[in-house]
Amino acid sequence: MIRFAHVFKSYPNGALALKDVSFLLNKGEFVFLTGHSGAGKSTILKLLFGEQRPTQGEVRVANFVVNTLRAGDVPRLRRRLGVVFQDFRLLADRTASENVAFALEVTGARRDTIPARVMRVLTQVGLASKARAYPRELSGGEQQRVAIARALVNDPPILLADEPTGNLDERATRGVFQLLREINGGGTLVVMATHDLDLVRQTTYRTIELRDGGIVFDSAVDEVKA
Amino acid sequence: MRLLLREVLLSFRRTPLLSALSVTTIAFALFTVGLFGLVAVNLRQALRGVEERVEIVAFVLRGTPSETITLASQDVAAFPEVSDVAYVSEDQALARARKDLVEFRDAYRDLQVNPLPASLEIRLKPGYRDSRHVQSVAERLRSFKFVEDVRYGRDWIARLDQLRNLTGLVGFLIGAAFAAVAVVIIGVTIRLTILQRAREIAIMRVVGASNWFVRGPFLLEGAFKGLMGGLLSLALCRAAYTLFQQNVGGALSGLIFFNTGHMLLIVLFGVLLGLGGSLVSVGRHLRDVH
Ligand SMILES: Nc1ncnc2c1ncn2[C@@H]1O[C@H](COP(=O)(O)OP(=O)(O)O)[C@@H](O)[C@H]1O
Ligand SMILES: [Mg+2]
Repeated sequence: MIRFAHVFKSYPNGALALKDVSFLLNKGEFVFLTGHSGAGKSTILKLLFGEQRPTQGEVRVANFVVNTLRAGDVPRLRRRLGVVFQDFRLLADRTASENVAFALEVTGARRDTIPARVMRVLTQVGLASKARAYPRELSGGEQQRVAIARALVNDPPILLADEPTGNLDERATRGVFQLLREINGGGTLVVMATHDLDLVRQTTYRTIELRDGGIVFDSAVDEVKA
Repeated sequence: MRLLLREVLLSFRRTPLLSALSVTTIAFALFTVGLFGLVAVNLRQALRGVEERVEIVAFVLRGTPSETITLASQDVAAFPEVSDVAYVSEDQALARARKDLVEFRDAYRDLQVNPLPASLEIRLKPGYRDSRHVQSVAERLRSFKFVEDVRYGRDWIARLDQLRNLTGLVGFLIGAAFAAVAVVIIGVTIRLTILQRAREIAIMRVVGASNWFVRGPFLLEGAFKGLMGGLLSLALCRAAYTLFQQNVGGALSGLIFFNTGHMLLIVLFGVLLGLGGSLVSVGRHLRDVH
């Protein structure tokens, strides 16, 4: 479903963010990307949703080759992915349900299907009762749930999460993490970048650890060998 | 579609001052072009009247046998540019002079010898009544042996032609300058709007809105501003035309305004200006949003 083959990425300013990164992620997996700040986690996710292109090597996501993606194909790739960020990225002047509906409106979904689909995902993330609340009226954990609902509303087979619990307290972190596990339980491939090692140790999920742009540990590879 | 229209209206509310400024500069650009266009249209109308009367007169050497002239005039009538040829004999010329030139009537009456030469008066077909064709026909007439001199309003025709071209050029240049300013202002408006809406645009993109969906509102907005600017410029042209007619128009009868085709063209031009201006800057500024 996702394949990195000897990927290098340098930014225009010369920073080398990824060095020879290779891995294969399968349908239905839950994968942690770990490593200290600046290790290259976000860069991997940006390559996955087509915001950046690899400098060298090949990135494949759900039948798309990111290297040669045409501008018109980027939106098609993104409709097959859900992405959530540390800072939620909600629109302050829209309610929870309007924020979720926004993703459907701007991708040309049929209008009459929108309310039902929005309610379905809001229920899935446990926020049906807060549908009319504005982001400022919601806790951090709730705001992140709205963002997750927005990411899921197009039924993507892949969910990318860049430090989704980075702005949350411990209780909200557990809640959001539990939600991501449930989503993965439904068959969605979840890639979660985090530096919260407590979270990583709680589970036996696959972990890919980065340091200075290179993979130093991949539980799927290294534990089999050991 | 309804969503797009809503976006357009919203954007006017977001940046009312700049939006109004864009519309006004587009209107002024087209107003300038329009004013010079009006002058050009009216000059052309006037030239048409003049051109109808464009004549080339070939004076015939005294003593040329009339058969030679008849034959030659058949040749001349066969020139592709020529619509008709009239022979004016010496006597007819004198009679005409007596009639037309009242002041000299007495002088002509007392003449013993007719001083006026016979001539061929040649009129050209429509479409050939410009200085280039007039000159080429005159050239060929001179090559007839019995032709003593050829007269035509060469300078005068050429000057009218030049004036018309110059008017068009000046109008175009000033209009283009205004159009450039309009494009810059549209660019600034778009830049501001994109900055204001950077968050929204970034989200649109991340959830997979198509590029045209993101650009659509900006382009539609630009086209709409162009439309308004075009209509406004027509109103300005009409006002200027009426004002001119009321104050000095009396002296110049038969002034005309644009026809429907011209007006549609001006409005279309406005729409293209707004659309083009938006297209140029929207791509550039959107690239900065992530
Ligand atoms: N847009 C960018 N331009 C230049 N350098 C960048 C950019 N994004 C990230 N980097 C650099 O690439 C490296 C990896 O960054 P990132 O992928 O954000 O790491 P992480 O998410 O693990 O903290 C860092 O050295 C960072 O400074
Ligand atoms: Mg990061």
